[in-house]
Amino acid sequence: MEIKSTGVAEPEISAPGKPAARTRSVDLVVSLLILALAILLAWDSDRTGNEWAPDGPEAGYFPFYLSLMMGASALYGIGRILFARVHEGEVFVTREQLYRVMQVFVPAFLFCFATQYLGIYVASFILTAGFMIWIGKIAAWKSVVTALIFSFAMFYIFEIAFNVIMPKGPLEALFGY
Amino acid sequence: MEAFDLLLHGFGVLLTFDKILLMMIGLILGVFVGVLPGLGGPNGVAILLPLTFSMDPTSAIVMLSCIYWGALFGGAITSILFNIPGEAWSVATTFDGYPMAQQGKAAEALTAAFTSSFFGSFVAVMLITFLAPRVADFALRFGPPEFFAVYFLTFCSFVGLGREERHKIVISMALGLLLSAVGMDTVSGQLRMTFGFNDLLRGVNFLVAVIGLFGISEILLTMEESLSLRGHAAAINPRVVLQVWKSVPRYWATLLRSSAIGCWLGITPGGAIAASFMGYNLAKRFDKNPDSFGKGRIEGVFAPETAAHAAGTSALLPMLALGIPGSGTAAILLGGLMVWGLNPGPLMFVEQKDFVWGLIASMYLGNVVGLFLVLSTVPLFAAVLRVPFAAIAPMIVVSCAIGAYAIQNAMFDVWMMLFFGVVGYVFKKLSYPLAPLTLALVLGNRAEDAFRLSMIGAEGDMRVFFSNGLVGTITVLALLMLFWPVISSLIGKFSNKTPATAA
Repeated sequence: MEIKSTGVAEPEISAPGKPAARTRSVDLVVSLLILALAILLAWDSDRTGNEWAPDGPEAGYFPFYLSLMMGASALYGIGRILFARVHEGEVFVTREQLYRVMQVFVPAFLFCFATQYLGIYVASFILTAGFMIWIGKIAAWKSVVTALIFSFAMFYIFEIAFNVIMPKGPLEALFGY
Repeated sequence: MEAFDLLLHGFGVLLTFDKILLMMIGLILGVFVGVLPGLGGPNGVAILLPLTFSMDPTSAIVMLSCIYWGALFGGAITSILFNIPGEAWSVATTFDGYPMAQQGKAAEALTAAFTSSFFGSFVAVMLITFLAPRVADFALRFGPPEFFAVYFLTFCSFVGLGREERHKIVISMALGLLLSAVGMDTVSGQLRMTFGFNDLLRGVNFLVAVIGLFGISEILLTMEESLSLRGHAAAINPRVVLQVWKSVPRYWATLLRSSAIGCWLGITPGGAIAASFMGYNLAKRFDKNPDSFGKGRIEGVFAPETAAHAAGTSALLPMLALGIPGSGTAAILLGGLMVWGLNPGPLMFVEQKDFVWGLIASMYLGNVVGLFLVLSTVPLFAAVLRVPFAAIAPMIVVSCAIGAYAIQNAMFDVWMMLFFGVVGYVFKKLSYPLAPLTLALVLGNRAEDAFRLSMIGAEGDMRVFFSNGLVGTITVLALLMLFWPVISSLIGKFSNKTPATAA
């Protein structure tokens, strides 16, 4: 027997799709960012002090040399990308792929944002129901029921059974939690 | 037989109704986590960690380690039925496991996988029982220089033995070490790399990073591939189980060889993946008919599963005895131990006997109970995969957020988790290894403290790392590991040249 589980409702893509970014350029950008981070951290550690105090190495000693190590490796990586022609023609992510990744990343981002104001349980209800309806194209009543059960289960497990405190909003306050 | 008495004592600690109940819950959650796409051993343990905050340490670690066993078992279900390895070390299991499922022998393949996981872990747990106390005893003699040398060895073996590009391994490791240093410096009390942000005072929490790096990033990757799961259903009936078990003695050589490989590589950091491939390849090489591998040979399931689980389990040995985890998940268990204020390492065997032996006893029990639990519930867990991903994805995101928030009750951590999710996604796609980052993040502070203490003791003389036989040996070993690629290519060149000049 075959089990078919349709992931996200969208047409199967037969063609590889237009590239949104190439591996070479992403690798280069990431290496540059790491280099920049290394410089920043090295500068900060230098400010903290990377010398020897009478009682041993100063607080910045360890991070300073680690930043140098990281920066040197990043430079090596940049050199390889520019001169050794690695990742020639490889596609990092196609537009379709990037679109799908954003389909989950953007809701996740909004969910974190909503959590700050509505509390995690209400936000999780909205995220689950919304995601199932709009991105999963699952029947609205099924989505809402699933999301309700899920949010209540989470509330019960964390708030009541295991006593783990989560961010809560106006709705929970209404019921005295 | 002191270890044996202590082990019995451990069983005594364990055999209470609520601990057994917790074990069952842990195992079920673990299999669940192992089966779901986008979750796996490391982040499953990290997400579920908050559940244990209100428990006493022994119950908590029993539940956590059972989640770990469950996740290990669960990984085999997806590799065999759906051809999706739940963990990197299950990749080799798919080579023959999935063809078996296609031929309608899914039940045999699953039974073989569970049985061999059980066998591998069991051998490794025995090793832990008898070897860990010895190692801990030995390590009691360690001072800061020795400890730093061991940490150094751990990091060097990652660089030397890793499969990824070396500079990426170094970057990933250095980044982990740097992140672990963010916040208040424990020695001088100075603030480091906080740039005036109050939220960074606490530092970057290791578990938050893990949830992002492994959980969120995995969801992003799964979405990108738009997985439509196509798998085989399986129900395991007792007859098949007995049939497979009867055939087990025939494969004794494969099982023992894989267990030995697994135990050995598991103790070395990052060894489980290598162990599973090596187990598979050796089984193939020693077979009379190597071409039939990859087409549904049951040995092709036995060999990698035994090795991977022996490795996954023996990775806990250095964690318990030295405080140095041998794998990513062991690193998270270590993080968990530190949350309860326990300090894994040689002293734990002296000061926390109940805890250590309770944990070791739970490894035995968890394995036995887990074996029967998964054998009887496979159809249930396979059904989980029929739930559309669009329903699972938001729930995983919510669970990750809950896990990240609960660790320090900070909203900032939830944002940080999201950030690490993106980092993990990009790093995985650019093949930056994540294991060194994880390990560095959890060991960073201890390594730095050890280094500074040895420097203070030796008044800044680097020669302290060669000052006696013990520390000198470890340091030399570490350097050997670091330059292993160079050394091995030199050896290769040399041995190639000799026959050439002779001819």
